[in-house]
Amino acid sequence: MFKLILRNVGARKMRLAMSALAIVLGVAFLSGVLVFSAGLSKTFDGIIQGTTPDGVVRVEGAESFTAGETGVSAATVTPDTVARLAALPEVDRADGNVDGFGMYVVDSDGDLLGGTGAPTLAFNRTEAPNMDGNNILTLLDGRWGKGAGEIVLDEGSAEKAGYSLGDSVKLLTPAGQLERTATLVGTAEFNGGGTAGATLIIFDTPGAQEVFLGGRDVFTTVALTAADGVSQSELVKAAKAVLPAGFEAVPGDQVVKESEDAMAQFLDVIKTFLLVFALIAVIVGAFIIVNTFSILVAQRTRESALLRALGASRRQVTSAILAEAFVMALFASTVGIGLGWALARGLAAMFSSFGLDIEGSFLNLTTATVVTSYTVGILVTLVAALLPARRAGRVAPVAAMREDTVPAKGSLRRRSVIGSIVIAVSVAAAIAGLAGVDGMPAAAWVGIGAFLSLLTVAVLSPVIGFPVLVACRAVFGRLFGASGRLAGENAMRDPRRTGATASALMIGLALVSTIAVMAGSMKASVDTVVDEQFAPDFIAQSVIFAPFSTQVGDRMEQVDGVATVSRQQMLDAKVDGHNETIGAADANFDDVSKLEAGEGSVDFGAGKAIINEDKAEEEGWKVGDTLKLAFPGGKKLSIQIGGIIRENSVVVFGINVPLEVVEQAGIQRQDNALSIVLDDGADPAAVHRALDRVAKPIPLIEVNDKEGFAESIRGQVNQLLYMIYGLLALAIIIAIIGIVNTLGLSVLERTREIGLLRAIGMTRRQLRRTITLESVAIAVLGAVLGMALGLIYGTLLQRVLKEDLTVLSIPFSQLLVFGLIAVVVGVLAAVMPAVRASRLNVLNAISTE
Amino acid sequence: MTSPVVTSPAAARAVDLTKVYGSGESEVRALAGVTLDLNAGEFTAIMGPSGSGKSTLMHCLAALDTPSSGQVIVDGTELGSLSDKDLTVLRRSRIGFIFQSFNLIPTLSARENILLPLSLAGAAPDQAWFDAVVDTVGLRDRLGHRPSEMSGGQQQRVACARALVSKPSIIFADEPTGNLDSVSGADVLAFLRRSVDEFGQTIVMVTHDAVAASHCDRVIFLADGAVVDELARPSREEILEHITALQAAAVGNRRDTGA
Ligand SMILES: Nc1ncnc2c1ncn2[C@@H]1O[C@H](COP(=O)(O)OP(=O)(O)OP(=O)(O)O)[C@@H](O)[C@H]1O
Ligand SMILES: [Mg+2]
Repeated sequence: MFKLILRNVGARKMRLAMSALAIVLGVAFLSGVLVFSAGLSKTFDGIIQGTTPDGVVRVEGAESFTAGETGVSAATVTPDTVARLAALPEVDRADGNVDGFGMYVVDSDGDLLGGTGAPTLAFNRTEAPNMDGNNILTLLDGRWGKGAGEIVLDEGSAEKAGYSLGDSVKLLTPAGQLERTATLVGTAEFNGGGTAGATLIIFDTPGAQEVFLGGRDVFTTVALTAADGVSQSELVKAAKAVLPAGFEAVPGDQVVKESEDAMAQFLDVIKTFLLVFALIAVIVGAFIIVNTFSILVAQRTRESALLRALGASRRQVTSAILAEAFVMALFASTVGIGLGWALARGLAAMFSSFGLDIEGSFLNLTTATVVTSYTVGILVTLVAALLPARRAGRVAPVAAMREDTVPAKGSLRRRSVIGSIVIAVSVAAAIAGLAGVDGMPAAAWVGIGAFLSLLTVAVLSPVIGFPVLVACRAVFGRLFGASGRLAGENAMRDPRRTGATASALMIGLALVSTIAVMAGSMKASVDTVVDEQFAPDFIAQSVIFAPFSTQVGDRMEQVDGVATVSRQQMLDAKVDGHNETIGAADANFDDVSKLEAGEGSVDFGAGKAIINEDKAEEEGWKVGDTLKLAFPGGKKLSIQIGGIIRENSVVVFGINVPLEVVEQAGIQRQDNALSIVLDDGADPAAVHRALDRVAKPIPLIEVNDKEGFAESIRGQVNQLLYMIYGLLALAIIIAIIGIVNTLGLSVLERTREIGLLRAIGMTRRQLRRTITLESVAIAVLGAVLGMALGLIYGTLLQRVLKEDLTVLSIPFSQLLVFGLIAVVVGVLAAVMPAVRASRLNVLNAISTE
Repeated sequence: MTSPVVTSPAAARAVDLTKVYGSGESEVRALAGVTLDLNAGEFTAIMGPSGSGKSTLMHCLAALDTPSSGQVIVDGTELGSLSDKDLTVLRRSRIGFIFQSFNLIPTLSARENILLPLSLAGAAPDQAWFDAVVDTVGLRDRLGHRPSEMSGGQQQRVACARALVSKPSIIFADEPTGNLDSVSGADVLAFLRRSVDEFGQTIVMVTHDAVAASHCDRVIFLADGAVVDELARPSREEILEHITALQAAAVGNRRDTGA
C-alpha cells in the first residue's frame, strides 16, 4: 500500500505541487511571523536586560515604560543621597542617572529623526554596570562627550540622520529651552548590539543635568550595583533605609519584568495582528487543499473502485489518500518553513522602515516555531483532505466497471440544510450584537456571526453562487458567442468545484471589503466629528503625540493675528486607587472648545475637575463629589468635581483638571496640544503660514486647521488600510493559485473534449478565451460573494461601533476597483492552463482514452 | 513541379502520402505512399485490417494530422502551406467529423452541439437547412437534451447532424457505428446514405463492418499503409470475400517475413 501511495504522489507531482504551493505559502507566512515575533521579543528583552542594573532607585509609582509620554515627575535625588547609598556595605556603587524624556534629534535635512517608531532616549552615561556586570554602552567611534555641548549618538541614528563626527547636531528638548545644538563627538551602541531602532542621545552627567534639570546637581534615578554576594532583594532592603520620601528601590529583576511586560503589551499587538493574517492565509490554503483533493479523488474514481474490487477496505482507500496528503504536507511545510525564515527578514526590513530594528541574529527558527509550523501545516492539510478522502472510500467497487465514472457525492441538499441552520445561527449572533446582548462586546458577537457565515457561505457557494454563474454564462455568451457560452457552461458543470475554488478568493475579498467599509466609515466619521467639534481655528500637536516644550506655545502666542493659545497636557494619575490618564487644560479651554455644561460649570478657571458625561455615568460621580488623585513622585491631591461636560468627542479624557494642577502634582509642565484662536478679522491663511514658520524649525510640531486635521487622521487611517491590504494580498495570491490549480486539473480532465472542440473548428485563441472566461467566472463569483459579505460585515460592524464610527460610508469606487481586480485575477490565473490547453495536440487529445 | 490542378472533381485528394511514426528501430510506416481521389457526392468506405493506417489516412485528409510527406488537397486547398489557424478555420467550415465515441460536448444541448461549428465561426445558421437536417436525423424532440440524456445512437445522430449543418465539402467518419448496436447503427448508416443521396454530401467512412460498407458507393481497401484494392457498389458478400482474401494475404505475408 505504501508503495502505491508514494507512486501516486510521484505520478501526480505537478498537480500536487500546485496545491502544495498553497500550503507552502500559508506555512511560510505563519513561520515567518513566528520567527519575526520571536526576534522582536528577543531584541527588546536583550536590550532591557543589558541596560538594567542590580537595583534602581526611582520615583514612587513611576511605571518605567509609560513615563515620559504622560509627563515626568519633577522629583529628584540629591548627590548626598547617592553618596549615602554608595556608602552602604551592601552597595558596591551607586550612580545617579539623569533620564531626559522627550528629546528629539533633527536630522541634517531638518526633519524629525525616528518619529513614530521606537522612542528616543536621552540620558547621562555612567560607569554603572548592568546586572550581568557588563558595561551598558559600548563606544564604537570617537569619544564620550563633555558638557551640554557634546553628545554621543547611537551609530544607526547618526547614520540615518546624516551626521558624522564633528557635526553640529540639532536637538529638540522637551521642556524649557526648545532647541539646542551639540557637537557629535562619538557613536555608541548598547552592549550586545542594536537599539531596536531607538535613538540614543548620550551626555555626560553635568551635560544632562544642564539640559534636563536646569543645571541643578541632582538626579532622576539611581542605579545600584550590589556588593559581592549581596542579592538584589538584600540590596533593595538596605537601600530603603536611606531613601528620601517619594522614592522607592526596586530590584533589577523586577524592573526587567515590568519593562518586558510593558513591551510585551505593545509587541503582542503587532504579533497578534500579523498572526491573524497568517491564519487567514492558512485557512484560504485549506480551501485549496479541499478542492484539489476533491478533484484528484474524482479523477481517480476508477482506480479507487478497482482497489475496492480487489479487496481494499474503505479505510485503506481513505487512508491511502490521507497518507498522500501527509507526504505532501510534510514536503510543503518543510519548504514553507524555509521560506518563512526568509520572509521574517522581509518583515524585519518592512518594520525597520517604520523605525523598529530587529537584530538579524535574533531571526532564527526556534524549535517551537518549527514544531508549530509543521503541526499547523500537516493538520490543516489532513483535515482538508479528510472529506475528499472519505468520499474516495465510499466509491463502490462496481464503479470500476462503469463507463462514466461519477464519484460518490454527498447531496448538496444536506449541505444546504446544515448551511442554512448555521447561517441562521450567524444571523442570530449578529442580531445579538446589534441588540447589545451581554456576555460579549457587540463587535465580538458580530465577529462570531461573520466567521460562521463566511465559512458557511464558502461551503454553500455552489448553491448561493449559482445565479452569479448563470449571469456570467449569459453575459459571456452574449459578448463572446460560442466560446463565451462554453466557458459559462464549464464554470457551471461542477458547481462544487467552481464554488470551492471561488471560496478562497471570496474569503480574501470579504475581508478586504469589510476593511474598506470600516475605513471608509472611519474617515467619514472623522470628517463629521471634526466638522462638528473642531472649535478652534488651529490645533498644534506633536506628530508623534508626545509632549513638547511650553516654548512652542509661547512662540505661537507672539504670532500676529493669534488671539488665544489654549494649552493642554495629559498626565498619569491614580484615581481612587487605579491608573488613569487624565487631561489638564488652561482656563481658555472651555471657551476655545465651545464646551457645553451638562451639569454644574465647565469653567477650567474655577480650579475644579471637569468630568466627561460618559465617565460620570460610569462611575456615578456628581457635581460636588471630591476625587482623590495620586501622582508619580508621591504627590497627592483632592479636587472637587465642578461640572460635567455634555457629550463631546474632542475631550477624550474622562477626568479633566485645570492646568495648574500639573505643577501642584509635581509633574513637569509641557504641552500635548495647543488650541489656537485668531483675532477677529485676521486672515487665517496668513496666520497659518506664520504658524507654520514657527513650527518649521521644530519638525515635531504640526499646525492644522479643521481640514488639515481631518486630512492627517485620514492619512493615518489610509496608512493602516494599505498595510492591511498588503497583508491580505497573500491570501489573494493563494486564492489565485487555487484557480490556476483547478483550471489546470479541469483542462487535464477535459483533454478529449478540448481535442474534439479543436477538431470541429475551435481556434487556439478561442480555446484560450474559453478557459480565461471560465477563470473570470470563478473570480467574479468569489468577488461578488466576498464583496457582498464584506458589505454586510462592514455595515454591521459600523452599526455596533457607532459610538466611534458615527457615519456609515460605503466606498463604492473602491469596491468597483476590487471587482475589476477580480477580473484581472481571473485572467492572470488562466494564463498557464490556457496556454497548456491550446498546446494540446489535437490528435493525442482525441485518442486519449 | 507545378501545383496541383484546382479544378479536380475530387472533394479531397491525397498525393503520395506517407506518415512515419518514430525513427530507427521503432519506426512505423503508418502510410506508405497513398494516392487517392475522394469524389464529390460519393459515400466512400475505407476498410482494412487493424493497424493498416485507416485512421492515420483519415486524420491526414481531415487536416487533423500532418503527413510526413506528400500532399493533401481538400476542396481545392493544399493543406501543407496552411497555418494552425487556417487549418482550424478550414476544419470548421469545409470539413465535418463523426468520431467513434465522445463526439459531443457534454455541457451543451443537442441543438447547441449541432450548431457549435457555426457558432465558433460566428456564422448564423440557415434555419431551413437546420430544420431539414434535424428532421432527417429524427431528433426534433431531443434538441433540448444534453448528451448524457441521450442514447449512444441518438448521440451519434446528433454528431451526424453537426457534421452536416455547416454544409461541409466532405465529412469524415471514423467507425461511426463501432459503438452502436445493429439497429442504431443501421439508423445512422441510413441517415448518412440519405444525406449523400438527397443533399449530395460527400462522406468518407472508416469501418470494419461489411454491412456498413455495403451502404457505400465505393470501398477502398488498405493494407500496411497502402491502397491495395477498391470496389464499386459492392454487396456485403463481395466485401467479406475481399476481406478474407486480404487477411489471408496478410497472414501469408507475416509468415514470409516471420520465417
Ligand atoms: N501516434 C502514433 N505513434 C506511433 N505509431 C502510431 C501512432 N498512431 C498510429 N500508429 C501506428 O500506425 C499504424 C496505423 O495506425 P492507424 O491508427 O491508422 O490504424 P487503423 O487502420 O486505424 O487501425 P484500427 O482499425 O485498429 O483503428 C499502426 O501500426 C499504429 O501502431
Ligand atoms: Mg483506427
